[in-house]
Order: sequence, then structure tokens, then C-alpha cells
Amino acid sequence: MKVLPPFLPPFLPPFLIATVVLSTAALANPARDALLADYASQAQAADARFAGFSADRGETLFRTRWAGGDERTPACTACHTDDPRKQGRNAKTGRGIDPVAVSVEPKRFTDRDDVEKQFGRDCPSVLGRDCTALEKGDYITFMKGQ
Amino acid sequence: MRVLFTVLAVPLLLATPASADDDWAPPVTDPVVRKECGVCHMAFQPAFLPARSWRLMMGNLQDHFGDDASLPADTVRHIAAYHEANAGDVISRGVGRKFLRRVAATEAPQRITELPKFVSEHRFPDHVWKRPDVLTKSNCVACHPAAERGDYED
Repeated sequence: MKVLPPFLPPFLPPFLIATVVLSTAALANPARDALLADYASQAQAADARFAGFSADRGETLFRTRWAGGDERTPACTACHTDDPRKQGRNAKTGRGIDPVAVSVEPKRFTDRDDVEKQFGRDCPSVLGRDCTALEKGDYITFMKGQ
Repeated sequence: MRVLFTVLAVPLLLATPASADDDWAPPVTDPVVRKECGVCHMAFQPAFLPARSWRLMMGNLQDHFGDDASLPADTVRHIAAYHEANAGDVISRGVGRKFLRRVAATEAPQRITELPKFVSEHRFPDHVWKRPDVLTKSNCVACHPAAERGDYED
């Protein structure tokens, strides 16, 4: 019986390797990972059933029309548009907002103080309350994949 | 009355060709101010309000025109010091001189858009203010593209 050799490409094109390595490097960020780990331990402390963050839940959070806070900002999308990769605009002041998607703005969610400050302002404005650690982690996880 | 005003005003205008300075404010150069104020709105030049106004505003960031804009105490002190040092009544040139001319020393106005000089220079019909690109009176750059650089001539 003849055993067929498994298919192995003779080589991977160098540009492909470079692309994979670079894109991974751009998305993985020690500061962002540390922040996510912090939110994970807070979420775990709040609920022992916590089983990791979910980009899907993050997307739902992003798109839900909460209408719990300021009437000008019923949802995250009121300022960030339906596409997190696009330039947004502050619905109260008209000020431009850089895209939230990490693929477009690799520095997103890498400064703990700035992230906490922004959640502290935006969650009351959109949801009418503070966000939980679970919600913050889900949101960042969604934006990491965008 | 209007005719009289015009007759009087024309020679005055001719006599002061350097009035462009009135539409100029020293731009904000401090990186902390640019970042912290500029994250939500244009970092308005301190020259538009007197020092007492900025002092009052920076002491009440938890209710900043209806929004909680709280910052760490050392950041607040830094931003307040910059605004007070560059306030309109301190530098007294450009828009500072012009905008604060009719503001009483006993008042600490909080909204630049309510200063008498702002109002008198922005008498536009409602539909202009309601344009989606304008959104709010404090959105200077909608009509003054160089506002961030301190240039309000248009």
C-alpha cells in the first residue's frame, strides 16, 4: 500500500510570514493585555462563573440602543458610527474622534488612565450608569478584533 | 441710527487697518491642555475668558456644562494654571482685549458663546446653527477652519 505524503508547501512566501508576524505584533500590546487581565480578575471577583471576555457581547454592547443617559448619545454608535474602523464625531461637541478599532488605531486601550477616564465619562452618558469590568473587557475584546 | 453708525464707523475702520489682530488668539501650546481639553472639544484658547472664569470652571469639572469631566487633582491644577496665565484679562491682546471689553469685572462668564462680543458677531438665522456640521455654537472649526491655530478671521 502506497502512503501518500501529506501535502506540504515547499516554502512559505517570505512576505506572507512578514505580514502575519507584523499584524500579530501590531495587535498584541503588553499594556492592553495587562489591562484586560485586570478587568478579567475584577469580573471573576464579581461573578465566579466568569469564563472570559466575548467579542460578540462587546459588539452587542457597542450597538445596543441603551438610551439610558444623555439623549444625544443613546448608543456608542452615536459618536463612533456603526463602523468602529471609521472616524467618529462627538455628538455633543462635533469634535472628531479617532477610530476605536485597534487595527486602525493600534494605541487604543493601551493607556490605563485614559481608558478608565473615557469609560467613566462615556458609560454614564450612553448607558446611564458605570460599565462593569465584564462590559469593559468585552468592549475592548471586540475592538481588538476590529 | 444705522446710517449714523455707518458714517461714524467707516472712518474708524479705515483708521485701524490692523484690526485682524482682534480675530487672533495665541494658540494652545501646552500638551496636557491640548490633550485633556481637546479630547472632547476644541481646546479653546484661554484668551477668550478672564482668569476668574477659568478658575471657577476648573473648580467645577464634575459638572462641566452638564457632563462629568473630572480629572486627577494635579492635572486640574496644571490646566487651571495655564488658563489663568494666558487668560484674556492677563494677556490683553487679540480676542482677549476684544471679547472681554464689555464683561463686568464682577462677572465670571462660563460660556464664550454668551459673551456680548460673541453674540454680536454671530447673528445668524437658526438654520445656520442647526446645520449638522455646526451642531453647537462652540464648534468653532465648523466655520473657522483655522480656529485651532488661533485664527478666527473668515
